[in-house]
Amino acid sequence: MALKIVKGSIDRMFDKNLQDLVRGIRNHKEDEAKYISTCIDEIKQELKQDNIAVKANAVCKLTYLQMLGYDVSWAAFNIVEVMSSSKFTYKRIGYLAASQCFHENTDVIMLTTNQIRKDLSSPNQYDTGVALTGLSCFVTPDLARDLANDIMTLMSHTKPYIRKKAVLIMYKVFLKYPESLRPAFPRLKEKLEDPDPGVQSAAVNVICELARRNPKNYLSLAPLFFKLMTSSTNNWVLIKIIKLFGALTPLEPRLGKKLIEPLTNLIHSTSAMSLLYECVNTVIAGQYSCSVGHIKSHLLCVQKLRILIEDSDQNLKYLGLLAMSKILKTHPKSVQSHKDLILQCLDDKDESIRLRALDLLYGMVSKKNLMEIVKKLMIHVDKAEGTTYRDELLTKIIDICSQSNYQYITNFEWYISILVELTRLEGTRHGHLIASQMLDVAIRVKAIRVFAVAQMATLLDNAHLLTGNMQRNGICEVLYAAAWICGEFSEHLENPVQTLEAMLRPKVATLPGHIQAVYVQNAAKLFATILKNQEGNTDSTAAQETSQMMIDRLPLFVQSANLEVQERASCILQLVKYIQKLQQKDVEVAEEVSALFAGELNPVAPKAQKKVPVPEGLDLDAWINEPPSESESEDEQPKAIFTKEEPKHSRPRHTEVDEKELARRREARKQEQANNPFYIKASPSSQKVYQEAPGVEHIPVVQIDLSVPLKVPGLPMSDQYVKLEEERRQKERAEKKKKEKKKRKEKRSGRGKKHDSGPESEEDITPAHVVDIVTEEMPEVAQEDQNRLPSPYLCRVKVCICMFCLCRPLADSEKLPVRSHRAAGAPKSSAEDGEAENATPQEPKKKSSKEKRDKKKDKERDRKVRLRCWKHFPPSGHKSDSRSTQSEGRTVVTFLVFPLPRKVCDIQGNLQDGSQVVVSVIFENKSDSFLKSMEFNVLDSLNSKLQRPEGSGPHDGLTVPFQLPPGVSNEARFVFTVQSIVMPQKLKGTLTFIVKNEDSSTHEKLDFKLHFTCTSYLITTPCYSDAFAKLLESGDLKSSSVRLEGVNMPFHHLLARICFHHHFSVVERIDSCASMYSRSIQGHHVCLLVKTSGQTVSIDAKCDEPTLLGNVLDEIKQTFSQC
Amino acid sequence: MRFMLLFSRQGKLRLQKWYTATAERDKKKMVRELMQIVLARKPKMCSFLEWRDLKIVYKRYASLYFCCAIEEQDNELITLEVIHRFVELLDKYFGSVCELDIIFNFEKAYFILDEFLMGGEIQDTSKKSVLKAIEQADLLQEEDESPRSVLEEMGLA
Repeated sequence: MALKIVKGSIDRMFDKNLQDLVRGIRNHKEDEAKYISTCIDEIKQELKQDNIAVKANAVCKLTYLQMLGYDVSWAAFNIVEVMSSSKFTYKRIGYLAASQCFHENTDVIMLTTNQIRKDLSSPNQYDTGVALTGLSCFVTPDLARDLANDIMTLMSHTKPYIRKKAVLIMYKVFLKYPESLRPAFPRLKEKLEDPDPGVQSAAVNVICELARRNPKNYLSLAPLFFKLMTSSTNNWVLIKIIKLFGALTPLEPRLGKKLIEPLTNLIHSTSAMSLLYECVNTVIAGQYSCSVGHIKSHLLCVQKLRILIEDSDQNLKYLGLLAMSKILKTHPKSVQSHKDLILQCLDDKDESIRLRALDLLYGMVSKKNLMEIVKKLMIHVDKAEGTTYRDELLTKIIDICSQSNYQYITNFEWYISILVELTRLEGTRHGHLIASQMLDVAIRVKAIRVFAVAQMATLLDNAHLLTGNMQRNGICEVLYAAAWICGEFSEHLENPVQTLEAMLRPKVATLPGHIQAVYVQNAAKLFATILKNQEGNTDSTAAQETSQMMIDRLPLFVQSANLEVQERASCILQLVKYIQKLQQKDVEVAEEVSALFAGELNPVAPKAQKKVPVPEGLDLDAWINEPPSESESEDEQPKAIFTKEEPKHSRPRHTEVDEKELARRREARKQEQANNPFYIKASPSSQKVYQEAPGVEHIPVVQIDLSVPLKVPGLPMSDQYVKLEEERRQKERAEKKKKEKKKRKEKRSGRGKKHDSGPESEEDITPAHVVDIVTEEMPEVAQEDQNRLPSPYLCRVKVCICMFCLCRPLADSEKLPVRSHRAAGAPKSSAEDGEAENATPQEPKKKSSKEKRDKKKDKERDRKVRLRCWKHFPPSGHKSDSRSTQSEGRTVVTFLVFPLPRKVCDIQGNLQDGSQVVVSVIFENKSDSFLKSMEFNVLDSLNSKLQRPEGSGPHDGLTVPFQLPPGVSNEARFVFTVQSIVMPQKLKGTLTFIVKNEDSSTHEKLDFKLHFTCTSYLITTPCYSDAFAKLLESGDLKSSSVRLEGVNMPFHHLLARICFHHHFSVVERIDSCASMYSRSIQGHHVCLLVKTSGQTVSIDAKCDEPTLLGNVLDEIKQTFSQC
Repeated sequence: MRFMLLFSRQGKLRLQKWYTATAERDKKKMVRELMQIVLARKPKMCSFLEWRDLKIVYKRYASLYFCCAIEEQDNELITLEVIHRFVELLDKYFGSVCELDIIFNFEKAYFILDEFLMGGEIQDTSKKSVLKAIEQADLLQEEDESPRSVLEEMGLA
């Protein structure tokens, strides 16, 4: 035995210890793996010995090897052996090895429970300490359960060293064995007031971590922590406490108020940046109250952050920017004032700081500063070294400009030129990004096309500058866009022949195939345009020369290796050859050639499909394979959501499937459809409304601006021709509209050099409703759809709404103050008005009798409205009466006034949304004099105020930003602030202006009244039936009802009328019963259940604001009493 | 804190401490990835970076990088302070510490770290008490070893 010990010890003298191992590894750099494998073999031998010292040494070496990435899990049992050594030296090594190598799945861990328990209760505090430390790393749920009690006892150990460790490890135990939390908590709480600061801070740590996971349970400790916070001077502890409060305050707003003071004090007094940063972060994160104190502390934070950002320490700078970006989310204004500082950070040496600053800039741009910021960024693009950062800048510039659907761009010419400038970047990978922006802008912003085309033509002309190194150069992607834009909008080209020449240069053949293909195709478009231009001239040689050029140049592309290019080129080449033949025979071909590319390409809203009404007879919910009686949608009785009601009729059922089951299935199917991204959902209301339209002729064909007409299933083929005709008409109308808009646009750009992206593209969204069907039905669909449009289409939506508002026949309740000043003159149609040449303006008579004026008002309004309506909704039934009223005398000025809730337009959260109303006013000059210096003024009421620019008094008028030549109309918008929307309002106002004609100018005045009905505060908001039902079930709504007698119109007209005049949308309609929904700008829900029987209509309504509801119902009643 | 790593400029790991259970394979992957990112950063850059769902705080002392991974809500500056405190402790213990000290006495470095941090939380904010604990534990170890000389162990005494 003794000999064995001696032998083992002698061996040990030759064993490597850790130092030898490390040294050995360092000396065997070339064959490290081999050396280590021999070492591991040795270690395996050592572990087989009985000598614990040898084993401990081996385990120590293994721990080192483990760190180097070698698997040592095979030695787990040996580690446990070393852990159980009675000597501290070895125990320490054993526990270290265990804490490094063990994890939850190590099976030997279960062998350690008793050993650990023994160590925990060891009289030697360091034994206990080492065990606790080790345990903190490898504690498993089993260990936690078995040892929780022992550890809890240790929390009251006499030695603070042990107490501290025990408290800290409790956190790990809680995580693994949550049941232990409840019994241990009182003791943990005690430790918050432990005399030893180390134990105290450990307890704070643990509770803070716990509270982050589940703050609710720790609210009761708030007073205790508050005391600690105000008394403690230990920054480490303070930071934890503040963090804890950060977790608690969202649950208890009062706490937030209470904290402001101590936090502010700390921010002021502390010199420790970490503490300052923590305080600032907590204040920022807790946007719980808007009290004065909070705003102050908020400002203080921004100030401090500024100091951090200005600091030379990169770390502080970075953190300052990081915190700023958090503020930006809630208080963009307060960050925007530090724009200069953030722009400075773009110059920083540190890329991560620059990127942070870029992120901030993204959120900081506004219409005002966009150009300035982008200008700065462009400078940086030029300076930037390293393509990664430059590419990052480039994408950021594009992101910033295009965010929220180009919300901040006021001048698209500028944007196009920025894009063009960006193409000069060499070696960027983002050519396709620039290209897609160019395409997007050129397609969607019609007004910019002329400019864009000119720029693109220049790009094409200078293509050689872009494409230094063809193949690897990503920037040549922009040529793709350039060629397409020049081709598609070739009518705007100044010198099409030159561009055509540029597109057919031999060098083009070195471009990537897909770009060449676009070149070839668009060369053909261009060719068509040129032919058209040239055939107008008497000289036919020019046209022939162009054809010859095409024939000369195209063969190059016919030889292309790219199939697409080859195919297109050979196709077009043959075509041109044929054209040339015809030209030589002096046949005019331009018309036919351009027909190849006829039709305008328009963007389509992502949800445009919804506007296609479901044709009659097609029930998308119907079973395909079931008897017809079942596929009718009558199997669902309206849910008695308002009042119990008797089923009015019941049809015989053909099958045994009971109603409930059917309803359930139907619901399930709807659900499935709703979740299926590939299922095209029909808007429920349109489907219902059209159900009763009689006959094929009345199928509503809604024209969507797709170049390929959507084929509506069930539509007879003969209708295609009708459609073509309609298309043509629509184009005409669009033309007209465009003109009108252009006028307005001129005015606008003249005023502020502003280009609104909106006016150009509203047709993409507004479907033109062309088939004759009762006028009022259409707007309902259209309006509803506008509101459904997602925010990316915002800029267009805005305009849409204005257009609609102008176009729709005004509800009678929306009093239209129209004043006629001159009753003289023979009855004339308004068309003749403009031409009336004898009309020397007479002195407007202000003193016409009141009744007369009122009467005229009505009639004039009616006519006006019809005229405008014509564009969108050919009136059918009501045509005659509008004609008859056209005989009024010429009016000098016409107002069409009605309030329009702002919220519809401005989806981008304006905080005061709920109280802002935009009133669009059309000023139409029907006189022959020039009107100028118009000033619009309204007498504010307590509730409604006209928003005037800062600095002007409450009675100052607003200057109307345009002048009106004779026969011209223009629109101005005024913003009103409305406090309460539950009552209708009338505001008196005056318009003053100067009437100027050749020899004199007079000052004139018009009085008018603005009527803000409650209806005008409602926004058509679509609502799905399940959401609707939920709303009604919630029980928060007050109900009311109204009964209309003698309403003699079809039910769908009735619904359409309500939808149209009162901004409701149909949620669901079943037979003679329909539920409708709308929302006010301040978020009140208004729900209607409309039922009809005979001539009686009953409307049951629910709303969370009874006064508003009462008024809306009154207005509805009024609408119907007047028809 | 999720974990702490020490590695050299050459990308050699010198110390690793994981405060949450992580599979061996993931550990290796994360270490490699992080080393690459941190070593690629230029000296003038700030000490923080966002990585996966964590925040990384690192600082370089001579040829050694100290690198901590913390959670979203944690305070970067205080973590930097933790790193610094740890370096001070090493420095006091070894007496102007260098990389070699940590290589050859890696277990000591671990002991110090364990006395300073536990389960990812600071155990003691006072340097003195940490050092005292280490010293006493070492003393205990020496007591263990000193009574028996080599000869004794060989069974000759």
